[in-house]
Amino acid sequence: MKTEPILKVEKIGKHFGGVQAVLGVSFELRQGEFLGVIGPNGSGKTTLVNLITGFVKPDSGKVIYRGKDITGKMPYIIAGLGIARTFQMVRLFYNLPAFKNIIIPLCSPRVKKLRGGQYGERDETAVDLLDDMGFERDSFVPYKLAGSLPHGYLKRLDLTRALALRPELLILDEIFSGMSMSEVASTLPLIEKFNREGLSIIMIEHRLKELFRVVDRVMVLDFGQKIAEGSPQEVMNTEEVKKAYLGSEVEIS
Amino acid sequence: MAEAGLRYRKERLDRGIKARSDTIYVISSYREMLYLVLPRVLPVIGLLVLPLVLRGYWGKVLVYACMFGLLALSWDFLAACGMFSLGQALFFGVGSFFAGALNHYLHWPPILTLPIATLAGGVFCAALLAPVVRLKGIYFAMITLVVPLLFTRLVVATGVWGGSHGLSNLAPFTNEWIPIYLAVVAMLVVLFGFRRIMNEDYGLVLGAIRDDDRAVMSAGINIYWRKIQALFIAAVVGCFAGAFMTHQYQFVGPSVFALDYSILPLTAAALGGAGTFAGAVLGSLALVPLSEAMRALGGLRITFYCIVLIICIIGLPEGIFHFIQRKYQQFERLTEIG
Repeated sequence: MKTEPILKVEKIGKHFGGVQAVLGVSFELRQGEFLGVIGPNGSGKTTLVNLITGFVKPDSGKVIYRGKDITGKMPYIIAGLGIARTFQMVRLFYNLPAFKNIIIPLCSPRVKKLRGGQYGERDETAVDLLDDMGFERDSFVPYKLAGSLPHGYLKRLDLTRALALRPELLILDEIFSGMSMSEVASTLPLIEKFNREGLSIIMIEHRLKELFRVVDRVMVLDFGQKIAEGSPQEVMNTEEVKKAYLGSEVEIS
Repeated sequence: MAEAGLRYRKERLDRGIKARSDTIYVISSYREMLYLVLPRVLPVIGLLVLPLVLRGYWGKVLVYACMFGLLALSWDFLAACGMFSLGQALFFGVGSFFAGALNHYLHWPPILTLPIATLAGGVFCAALLAPVVRLKGIYFAMITLVVPLLFTRLVVATGVWGGSHGLSNLAPFTNEWIPIYLAVVAMLVVLFGFRRIMNEDYGLVLGAIRDDDRAVMSAGINIYWRKIQALFIAAVVGCFAGAFMTHQYQFVGPSVFALDYSILPLTAAALGGAGTFAGAVLGSLALVPLSEAMRALGGLRITFYCIVLIICIIGLPEGIFHFIQRKYQQFERLTEIG
């Protein structure tokens, strides 16, 4: 049975000066699907995220979300429709306690609407959300200044902030970069769990091993163009992909 | 002092009371209660008693200081929301002219012109600056710097609202107690109001816009609408000061858009300690009387005023309020260096 795609990107393109960052990329994402996006450095992955979430306006092409054209809309409108993202370089409020970082999305009109017109007790909700993400409430981690937390926590804080928006589509931009093996090991099951519960996810990642374990489908970008798409096995056997990764064959366990 | 052979250094310890915590208050004794309450209550009582002591000329200086305090608060509020303004004169001038015109052409008394000029001026200024809320940092500052100067020229060149002569013989306040207490109470209300706003979730979002506007946008919040709201709040405060001074001086002219009203509040806030609101008030209450006391120096007044400012800013870059707050919340003791 083929379900209506939640996100449809049609021939999207963007250049910065003479650099063609993204060139005519098209793809679809089905409801509840887990899509991985990989590619060498500078292949346009983050620009693609910025194009979908409205932080960068495309030169050409379209982004269709649930049948609605959201091309070039303001980032807060796109976020309000249920597309949440994390940032490659975490963007947090370091001089605030961790749970106050989560209160910001809880103040958004989207959350108010989903909660039936009222915000409720935000502090409590924020700490609950963080507790679920492994910020031990009992040891007061949610109350610590964000600036004093280790990097792995910051990445998870950024993820929690995206989830606090109660998104229908989550875009993770290199969530694992800079995380230790054990931090990855504790975060990955959380992301898998959200996907199983019906959240559609696009995940950009350099750590192919972890990515291939969880995604349904992989898309490979190189110099702004889509060079392959399919299951992890199919993709890594494509000639172009091997060439793009300069012969570095990837073992899939 | 230290004997030969023994060396000491100052050790600073934070007081072990959760005076600065957000939600948890540990109050177990009268001493701790007083510790928390006195620094808020004493200045308030002092400001409320001051008008009884200061009469005549110095009473007017107090009113003027309060109005500058309001402008400095308005500047500090915008700065807390990430909008660095160099144009508090716009708010001051718009409020002044709204009140002046209503009084001069329609003969409305201050009790009507004050609230109307305050609110209408707030809406006008917020609407006027709404198109530039997308600008950040120096670009926003430049626009706000230029707009009031544009209005000066506009009034002088077109001759509207009295042109360069201004509108004079406006209705004064009927009773000498009204303006002085109105000024003091207004400043206190705005001071504690702003501090409350910034401690609420509403202010949390405004402060977050200053820190990282893209992160706030990705949380689904329309930052431009929030910034316009913040502009309105700041403009209301500035317009009130303008409308008030119009009736206090019984005159309004193009000089209300002068650069002084933009720069001096900024200086007051910087001197007092930006980002705390209390610092803005403290700075104004220090600078305005200082400037008046120096009138005896004649032509060299501004020179000395500037020298005092330079010394303060070099000596206390964090601002008076931050300094006092830090000292208040710390023990200091000499410890031996072994």
